[in-house]
Amino acid sequence: MDTGRIQASESPRAVLGCTDVSVYYGDFRAVNEVTMDIGVHEVTALIGPSGCGKSTVLRSLNRMNDLIPGSRVTGTVAYHGQDIYGKDVDPIEVRRRIGMVFQKPNPFPKSIYDNVAYGPKVTGMKVSSMDDVVEESLRGAALWDEVKDKLKQSAYGLSGGQQQRLCIARTIAVKPEVILMDEPCSALDPIATARIEDLMMELKKDYTIVIVTHNMQQAARVADRTAFFTAEAAEGHGDRTGHLVEFDLTTKIFSNPSDNRTEDYISGRFG
Amino acid sequence: MSAVTADQAMPRTPLARAAYGEKDLRSMGFLVVLWLCLAFGILVLAVLLVTTFLDGRERMDGELFTNYTSQIAPETAGARAAILGTAWVILTTALLAIPIGVAAASYLEEFASTRSRFARFVELNVQNLAAVPAIIYGMLAAAAAVAVGIPRNTVIAGGIALALLILPVVIVATREALRAVPQEIRQASLALGATPMQTLARQTLPAAVPGIATGTILALSRAMGEAAPLLLLGGLVFVKFDPNGFLSGFTTMPIQIFDWAARSQVEFQQLAAAASILLLVLVILLNGVAIIIRNKYATAR
Ligand SMILES: Nc1ncnc2c1ncn2[C@@H]1O[C@H](COP(=O)(O)OP(=O)(O)OP(=O)(O)O)[C@@H](O)[C@H]1O
Ligand SMILES: [Mg+2]
Repeated sequence: MDTGRIQASESPRAVLGCTDVSVYYGDFRAVNEVTMDIGVHEVTALIGPSGCGKSTVLRSLNRMNDLIPGSRVTGTVAYHGQDIYGKDVDPIEVRRRIGMVFQKPNPFPKSIYDNVAYGPKVTGMKVSSMDDVVEESLRGAALWDEVKDKLKQSAYGLSGGQQQRLCIARTIAVKPEVILMDEPCSALDPIATARIEDLMMELKKDYTIVIVTHNMQQAARVADRTAFFTAEAAEGHGDRTGHLVEFDLTTKIFSNPSDNRTEDYISGRFG
Repeated sequence: MSAVTADQAMPRTPLARAAYGEKDLRSMGFLVVLWLCLAFGILVLAVLLVTTFLDGRERMDGELFTNYTSQIAPETAGARAAILGTAWVILTTALLAIPIGVAAASYLEEFASTRSRFARFVELNVQNLAAVPAIIYGMLAAAAAVAVGIPRNTVIAGGIALALLILPVVIVATREALRAVPQEIRQASLALGATPMQTLARQTLPAAVPGIATGTILALSRAMGEAAPLLLLGGLVFVKFDPNGFLSGFTTMPIQIFDWAARSQVEFQQLAAAASILLLVLVILLNGVAIIIRNKYATAR
């Protein structure tokens, strides 16, 4: 089993580095000792069977876990070398730099324009023209042409796929460095999914992306690196604690995995 | 052959409605009883409304609005001071109860951890507050007024008494409304780097406004009809001036009605009925506003 750190030659620069990250919900250890690096301007996919802790790991990368009462993270998540769980780190600042897109599109009950403008407003970004920021962000999310004539209309009038791209536009409006996506396409049809996948390839030029997905083809298509997690019953009792089995270049994971469990999973014999 | 034909041989559970059996008879009977109860309630209400209207219709005139109450000329007396007093007291009540109630509910729902001692203490107090008889609030407000050295028969003391009365309702309504706001909205806001305060002020509370407004208006309309706590403040029945501030003396419509109804002259009885109708109309209007707000926001989504 190779859960070791990616070699420097393979990953020139890591934005986020997890070292021995374990996440607990109360007394239950959901994820045990994950160590992996997220490479800059790469798409990293987290795959694995349901309940193995992919979302948990993802949320621990921008302290969204803090919002769950009783949750606790041990180990370090270093953002450019600084531990985001350090004493004097403000989780608000962390989330400004590491944004998140959720499984279910969740636009605000506001106009399309206000959805995008919300982030820059609340974070106090100095912008010379909010209109420009909104246009730029919507273009960045490949949504501008579809909504440019109805910016003042409610975001709830958009289709699910459009709403998800609006959520991406909203996230890039605050100019984060990393975007975390938790199954962003699971509520979308194949065409909308393909558009988001294209978008991810486009976005990785400017951002670093971490995506959780249950779709093997999607991971194979978009991810530069793939991390395979699984959950196994811990010593004696029934609690299933998730852990990282294998983390490597996507091509390697899908063609020649070093762990049998990875091979079983991607070939559909498991999970 | 790929054609699918319906298998008519085995309709396992028939889709057709079963014939009325004994069970249905019993539920029919229950339904009838329910309808009778409803009809009885509505009938009593209708009789009350009609008789009040008949009693008061002669005095549903301009003088009811423009004149003060009078011992010597009950036939031209009016509820002017009571109408203005009700407006002042309800306004004061709203100014006190809404900010405090919304703040308390926001704290309990959005910030307090369920394990926090203080939060549980606040919650217990809200429940206790709801269980206290209305008249106690009058005593409390009177004591508070005396403690800070202002006369107890003042608009502010009345506002405090009624605000305490409706505070639990405002808090519960606000908490319900906040709870109904999807968690995804908060998450989305926080994930963009908004602070919990910004999230509350810009997303959660605005989304909860219809629920808060509906609950609060209904509570205020209930406070409007309340006489008991205000009677405790004393000296309120014979006011012959317009209230002009928070420290002004006042009377309200329920108190005025209470006073008139206790007098034997038929003119006062008519006045009491006319003022009751007016109060009823006001309450119905307020309830209407609450419904309009709710519907407006429901369609805006
Ligand atoms: N809020 C929570 N409170 C308590 N336990 C939780 C919470 N969220 C997740 N868990 C537990 O942590 C473990 C990992 O859950 P997580 O949601 O991270 O899995 P996942 O890999 O994202 O699964 P899926 O593919 O179904 O989304 C599970 O056992 C789950 O029951
Ligand atoms: Mg998940």
